[in-house]
Amino acid sequence: MRYLRYLIPLAAFLVLTGFLFKGLWIDPHTVPSPLIDKPAPAFRLTQVADAGKTLSRDELLGKVWLLNVWASWCVSCREEHAVLVDFARTGVVPIYGLDYEDTRDAAMKWLGTLGNPYQASLFDPDGRVGIDYGVYGVPETYVIDKTGTIRYKQIGPITPEVLHDKIVPLVRKLNA
Amino acid sequence: MIAELGSFSLMVALAVALVLGIVPIVGAARGNTTWMELARPSARALFVLVVAAAACLVASFVRDDFSVLYVATNSTRALPLRYKLAAFWGGHEGSMLLWLLILSFWMFAVSLFSRHLPLAMVARILGVMGLIGVGFLLFILLTSSPFERLLPAPEDGRDLNPLLQDPGMVAHPPMLYMGYVGFSVAFAFAIAALLGGNLDATWARWSRPWTTVAWSFLTLGICLGSAWAYYTLGWGGWWFWDPVENASFMPWLAGTALMHSLAVTEKRGAFKVWTVLLAIFAFSLSLLGTFLVRSGVLTSVHAFANDPRRGVFILLFLAVVIGGSLALYAWRAPKVGLGERFELISRETLLLTNNVLFLVAAGAVLLGTLWPLFVDALGLEKQSVGPPYFNLVFVPLMAPALFLMGIGPLARWKKASLPEIGIRLKWAFGVSIVSALLLPLALGKWSALAAFGLWMALWVFAATVANLWSRLRSLSGGLASRLRSLPRGYLGMLTAHVGVAVFIGGVTLVKSYESEKDVQIDVGDTVAMGPYTFQFKGVEDGARENYIYGRGTFEVTRNGRPAGTMHPEKRQFVGQSEPSTVAAIDRGLTRDLYVSLGEAVGGTGSTAWIVRVYYKPFVDWVWGGCLVMALGGTLALSDRRYRLARSGRPAIEPALSATAPA
Repeated sequence: MRYLRYLIPLAAFLVLTGFLFKGLWIDPHTVPSPLIDKPAPAFRLTQVADAGKTLSRDELLGKVWLLNVWASWCVSCREEHAVLVDFARTGVVPIYGLDYEDTRDAAMKWLGTLGNPYQASLFDPDGRVGIDYGVYGVPETYVIDKTGTIRYKQIGPITPEVLHDKIVPLVRKLNA
Repeated sequence: MIAELGSFSLMVALAVALVLGIVPIVGAARGNTTWMELARPSARALFVLVVAAAACLVASFVRDDFSVLYVATNSTRALPLRYKLAAFWGGHEGSMLLWLLILSFWMFAVSLFSRHLPLAMVARILGVMGLIGVGFLLFILLTSSPFERLLPAPEDGRDLNPLLQDPGMVAHPPMLYMGYVGFSVAFAFAIAALLGGNLDATWARWSRPWTTVAWSFLTLGICLGSAWAYYTLGWGGWWFWDPVENASFMPWLAGTALMHSLAVTEKRGAFKVWTVLLAIFAFSLSLLGTFLVRSGVLTSVHAFANDPRRGVFILLFLAVVIGGSLALYAWRAPKVGLGERFELISRETLLLTNNVLFLVAAGAVLLGTLWPLFVDALGLEKQSVGPPYFNLVFVPLMAPALFLMGIGPLARWKKASLPEIGIRLKWAFGVSIVSALLLPLALGKWSALAAFGLWMALWVFAATVANLWSRLRSLSGGLASRLRSLPRGYLGMLTAHVGVAVFIGGVTLVKSYESEKDVQIDVGDTVAMGPYTFQFKGVEDGARENYIYGRGTFEVTRNGRPAGTMHPEKRQFVGQSEPSTVAAIDRGLTRDLYVSLGEAVGGTGSTAWIVRVYYKPFVDWVWGGCLVMALGGTLALSDRRYRLARSGRPAIEPALSATAPA
């Protein structure tokens, strides 16, 4: 028994190693969204570019599309925006924006200076639709399939790696 | 060609390290002198080979050889020479080579300064370090070579991260690694002692200077890092409890405990098992820190997408080194015995309590740092652990440690008497508590936390002075000659403790009395803060070697009288998307004024900016305190008995020499 206590540090270390090993395969930034594999919440919102035109979720059924939550006040969106503008040119998947808690003027100015990768941007000034989608940090991006089901959620800016490793392969699979 | 020479040099170094890690240790086990004698020359050869490899990397940087992937990723033609040199450790691969370089430097140092050690001991120490070297060499060669080619070579490189283009980058990483890796010496001593079964006072005396020097470097390294973050991040903060900082702080806490524990083992032959365990912990935490920072387990998302081999390799290495040494500990330590006995009230008890507190603190930092990982692995609800957790845990742990710090050095070994300590410290206690209660009033706002923090600082300071006074009083001659006759080890301890007092004072004052303003300001507008007024004169643009900048001008007045001009900058480096901030700081003994530029607001033609202004009383004492601590370490290192270590001192001093150097 007396010798057992000398084994305590080793035992504690082995437990720690187990955690560290598991940690190697976990992406510290993923927060599992409860919405994955669930139907995307319905919406009907006016567009940023035209207050007279609306767009609803059901109009987008039948195709795979990205919903990118952005705002003109969001600093990391600026970093992401250039990636999105380039990606939109490839035409792999249509991107729709959700302009979150923003003003129309600021949003239009932003799109004017930085380029517009979106088929259309939904205008969500009070963040209601954002709440339905569980947005808690901007930017966030959802991959939504032909049946209107959310298949993937990216929290934080999209980088070329994320596009290359996650989004493009997933879109290809969903389109196949 | 140069890069290939570097790779080749590392391959030869691996062969040498294998020889060093196997032959002398086996020789020591078998009593084969020839085999043991191989340790020193192998360690020196290893050092030369690693220096050669490092020189190859430096040459590649200086010659702008962008056909070397690591150079292309971390440098540009326009990068000033000093940063081309510092870019050596600007990325993962170079940092690992720096680690190895410093490890081999310490091996070289041990091979030079070990003449008084028994040959078997030297063989084991260098052998253990050689084995660590094998691990790092394999890691570099198999997964992280800085000599990887990029063909065809690009016209220009991708530049060193602008946040790293700073004088801090030149000094901070090498200092930090000197400390981190320096604990490998104490670790190797401990493992060698476990292997040889000779954990005695002599072993502790040999380990002490190596531990102290590593600790001093680590203290300096952390201090530099903190000072750098303070002026470069533009938030006026100096410690953020982020995983990278914690990675360096944990070995510091364990190393501090180790230093104190070694003192007991040397003086009293007690705590042997405990000291060995602390030596293993200090270095294990250094390795763990390297793993956490380098593997990306906690910080970056994509560190592994590229190369999961790296993480698996470091973890495997960690498991072998730490697991192996803890297993060795479990096997050998029970035979060591507990050493000299001591009473409940004694210097031993006080030091043991101090050790436990430091170790619990290190454990708390580890828990807080790894918490997100535990939560993820167990699939629990995500929670973030931030500064509030660390502050909550740290104050209650450090307050008793600080209180004991005043008493410990005055308590007698083996058996001390509380009334006697009370008599010797009554003045220190009274003076510190009265001034701590009054000082906050003089500073304008009384708060319990400020008074408590100040009391801790003043108590440590006053008790240290009382200690020195009691020693000086018993000597004869002038003050200078009395001071000179005191052992340097003792003076070093007092100095380091004063450093702690300065540090605590600085932390308390800046936390309690700092103020900040985040304002939108246009040319001609002013911001008032305490007695100071800052008038914004505008931002002018310009360009330097490899960046363009906006340089703000603020006229500062104090109570209406001019008090200088401040120039915060915003820099945009070529080829980088995010601008970086260089705060303007007007430093002073009692306060820093700190101005940093945020964003320009309004469209073109507007001259308005978001500006942050901070008033930071006594913030420089935070780093000043750390410098004094490191100075204390250096002073202790110059103690005569380390130079005369060969003379036959009794291993254990009589219990009567109560105020012997610690």
